[in-house]
Amino acid sequence: MSAARWLPQGTVYGPLLNFQREWGLWAPRMTDAPYKAAPKAPVLYIKTANTFTPCGGAIAVPGQVEVGAALGLVIGESVLNQASSPAIQPFDAINHEAFECVLLNDLSLPHASYYRPPIRFRNRDGFLGCGAGSVSLTLQALAQLKLDVRVNGQPVQTVDLGTLVRDAAALLQAVGEFMTLQPGDVLMLGTDCLDDGARPRAQAGDRIEISAPGFAPLVNTLVEEAA
Amino acid sequence: MSKHARIAWAGAVHRAIERDGQLELQTPAFKGRLLNFNEVVWLSPLPDMPPHRPRTVLALAINYADHAKELAFKPPEEPLAFAKGAASFTGHRAFTVRPDDVTNMHYECELAVVIGREAKHVHAHDAYDFVRGYTVANDYAIRDYLENWYRPNLRVKNRDTCTPIGPWLVDAADVPDPMNLALHTTVNGQVTQQGNTRDMVFDVPTLIEYFTSFMTLYPGDLILTGTPDGVVDCPVGSHVVCAIEGIGALENTIVAATQ
Repeated sequence: MSAARWLPQGTVYGPLLNFQREWGLWAPRMTDAPYKAAPKAPVLYIKTANTFTPCGGAIAVPGQVEVGAALGLVIGESVLNQASSPAIQPFDAINHEAFECVLLNDLSLPHASYYRPPIRFRNRDGFLGCGAGSVSLTLQALAQLKLDVRVNGQPVQTVDLGTLVRDAAALLQAVGEFMTLQPGDVLMLGTDCLDDGARPRAQAGDRIEISAPGFAPLVNTLVEEAA
Repeated sequence: MSKHARIAWAGAVHRAIERDGQLELQTPAFKGRLLNFNEVVWLSPLPDMPPHRPRTVLALAINYADHAKELAFKPPEEPLAFAKGAASFTGHRAFTVRPDDVTNMHYECELAVVIGREAKHVHAHDAYDFVRGYTVANDYAIRDYLENWYRPNLRVKNRDTCTPIGPWLVDAADVPDPMNLALHTTVNGQVTQQGNTRDMVFDVPTLIEYFTSFMTLYPGDLILTGTPDGVVDCPVGSHVVCAIEGIGALENTIVAATQ
């Protein structure tokens, strides 16, 4: 499936708060209003088709944006890939299942509240940079991956996929409990924050590069949004 | 000028139009053949998307003033929208699954707007030029699963079988005033929800202007415009009909999960 220009063919889902660092920072506030309790199900959002930008493409931004390095699982034709209901799914089998994986840059405008759906922060035109090719990995293998994020060549973040709240198998199972992912859909594993709870920021003029061993680097340049 | 359906019949999927209370097939091999409504399986009447572009589905929460009051919210100051995946759609006369452990699963009768032309930075006064047509959606919610994180969360709103849509896609030209349509829902024949699209907090042109101020909408994309007051729990066996004047009456039956 490797190609110079790859874009998702299905719906792209992403989970909020799926890294232990961000969960830990939020945990003391999770019972405060308006949240009132820690989330039980995965907190999911959708990156709509208008957000897809191929690797190398420019992304127009209205100001500062948060960089969200993410690994996405491309759902295949296999039943194991799609239906993950715990009742019909041996957990061990999922871990040995190979998935096509892609690098994604899940951009967002900064938003302090996680109460309401983030359409105008996350679903702006171009706000999902999409890596040029996929790499086939078992869920077990991808837990060893680290994603490196550079802005204008400077390292700003290393994302450790071994520090997920729900690992890939658990996320697939929790999502599969209520919806069936379709072939071509993409399930991202989430984006991590820095130690202070913020995400790396970038703005017009910046070049963002996300890389991981075995993957072609995902590069996107930010440009000023036309007034 | 017509009402369009997408149906399964005789081993294939077909496009059809409404003709005097019957379906007239558009498929070349059967063109003009008339079928009764109960001879076919109704599918979502949405236009196909190009192979490389998933459909964008935007849905409004709290977009009727009375529903806001019902749920004890102030009407929002900007449209409160969430996105859905297209996989939760099912057709007219379909079954929707109610999990065994829930206490409050309710329909939401909504006017669905189908985009007809690529739309970015559209002004409200031009917005209707970008509409292909309208259909009826029933955007079921299971309130037991509501959590206050990116609320309403997908476990409430994006479940397999939980978004019936149809039966017809009605051309925009046949709906002279989409902002003055009576809508109502019946459960087992009893009227439980009544409203009118004129009571939307943000009307269709305003919604199109709002969304296209930061995102491009493409032909086949959908906006579900929210639901008025009067949602009630629907136990297994409920026959639910969501009807919008001039658009259609969308029937659905609640079934139990198969164990």
